[in-house]
Amino acid sequence: MRISTITYTLRQGLKNIRRNKMFSLASIATMAACIFIFGLFFSVILNFHGIVKSAEAGVGVTVFFDEGLSEEQIKEIGSTIEKRAEVSRLVYVSAEEAWQNFKEEYFKDAGDLAEGFAEDNPLANSANYEVYLNDVSMQQSLVTYLQSIEGIRQVNKSEVAANTLSGFNMLIGYISAAIIAILLAVSVFLISNTVTIGIAVRKEEIKIMKLIGATDFFVKAPFIVEGVLIGLVGSALPLVALYYLYNNVIGFIVDRFDMLTGFVTFIPVNQIFAILIPLSLALGVGIGFIGSFSTIRKHLKV
Amino acid sequence: MIVLENVSKSYSTGAPALNGVSLHINEGEFVFIVGNSGSGKSTLIKLLLKELEPTEGQILVNNKLLNKMKRKQIPKYRRQIGVVFQDFRLLKDRNVYENIAFAQRVIEKPSKTIRRQVPMMLSMVGLAEKYKSFPRELSGGEQQRVALARALVNNPSILLADEPTGNLDPKNSWEIMKLLEEVNEKGTTVLVVTHNREIVNAMKKRVITMNRGVIVSDEEEGGYLYED
Repeated sequence: MRISTITYTLRQGLKNIRRNKMFSLASIATMAACIFIFGLFFSVILNFHGIVKSAEAGVGVTVFFDEGLSEEQIKEIGSTIEKRAEVSRLVYVSAEEAWQNFKEEYFKDAGDLAEGFAEDNPLANSANYEVYLNDVSMQQSLVTYLQSIEGIRQVNKSEVAANTLSGFNMLIGYISAAIIAILLAVSVFLISNTVTIGIAVRKEEIKIMKLIGATDFFVKAPFIVEGVLIGLVGSALPLVALYYLYNNVIGFIVDRFDMLTGFVTFIPVNQIFAILIPLSLALGVGIGFIGSFSTIRKHLKV
Repeated sequence: MIVLENVSKSYSTGAPALNGVSLHINEGEFVFIVGNSGSGKSTLIKLLLKELEPTEGQILVNNKLLNKMKRKQIPKYRRQIGVVFQDFRLLKDRNVYENIAFAQRVIEKPSKTIRRQVPMMLSMVGLAEKYKSFPRELSGGEQQRVALARALVNNPSILLADEPTGNLDPKNSWEIMKLLEEVNEKGTTVLVVTHNREIVNAMKKRVITMNRGVIVSDEEEGGYLYED
């Protein structure tokens, strides 16, 4: 293809947009709104996901052993557990440490009260592994597996925490997917309308082009360019807005609710936008392409 | 060369528009096709442009069988054929220069060629001065000359003119006809569908007369047979 053809096609695409300004603007605005909301959800979800992940990391399973198990045997059990894919890390708590932790928690200032147990650890059989998971939803299958291992007496888990977290995660995912799907459908529809009008306005011109011997590609390309440009502009604008919004909102939250910052860390804007920019632009261009391409196929019998 | 063998074309309703037409036009000929409205002239032009498919029969243009031509080959085929219409069909939002350049852009000629050939065509049809004018600023005769320049700029081997003088006064009609004759003298096959009795009778060219979808006469140096 010649360079002059490429520039001609680009110019015609721009001309199409200018020719039906109102519809093009409406399409760009809808696209921008979609991408804006998409970006908003994306940022929120990503942050939320981060928070849930860090909460999940604290949800663990505690494994206690049969009485009289030797150090060696306990180590062996530990190494089999560690091999499981869903296990992120394993912490061994010896009976002495367990007692120490318990003492610190319950006797606090009245440490001398615990002295009575000095030589006789009441938690002598409480050596355990704390097993932490990559993915909380895998907790049940891990527990079933652990219970089947010889030498394990008891497995403690916090089912409620695990279920709530993974359920919440899924809910957010579904809701956002639904909203985004609806918005994208609206965008495709509007771009398709814009292109349909462009085709109607240029019917005569298209007919002449065909009679002169223009290839299908030559006739169609300007409309594709039109759709893709609308998609591109429509997705670039909200990204700029989101960038400033994100920084300001995070700044605001950190300022006002500084007690949050202890257990919530926000994902830095650059990290989010490293994914969001290519994703949104691809989405915009993709929707523009699909919207115009499908319309041309329907309305432009060359 | 244009050869039609027993070509028929029926639309879904009514009598066939063409009914078993056979025809042979040699390279470099100048042919008038005349007949009342509904005689099948326009259908014939559309078949030659491959806008329509014949219901029966074969059409051969420049040794290519149109019936078997694939969709993808149509653009290339049409580039060998220039076409002019009664209503000019210029692009109203572009000036004279752009209208002619358009025909070359469409077939992806290099910009350099366009800049050289468009002014040449414009002076050939006598509109060199008006290259910046828009169609609405031109008379009917001038618009038809622009259309003719556009049809010829890609150097087609065949020129189809569908009622080219239908919207023009006698003076402009003659000017267009003289241009068509010039084009023909340079070797292009010219096919003119017309109602213009005076011109047909004066020019002494081959005349094919059609009526109700069949050829009723085909004469060298013929005349206009029918009353309008």
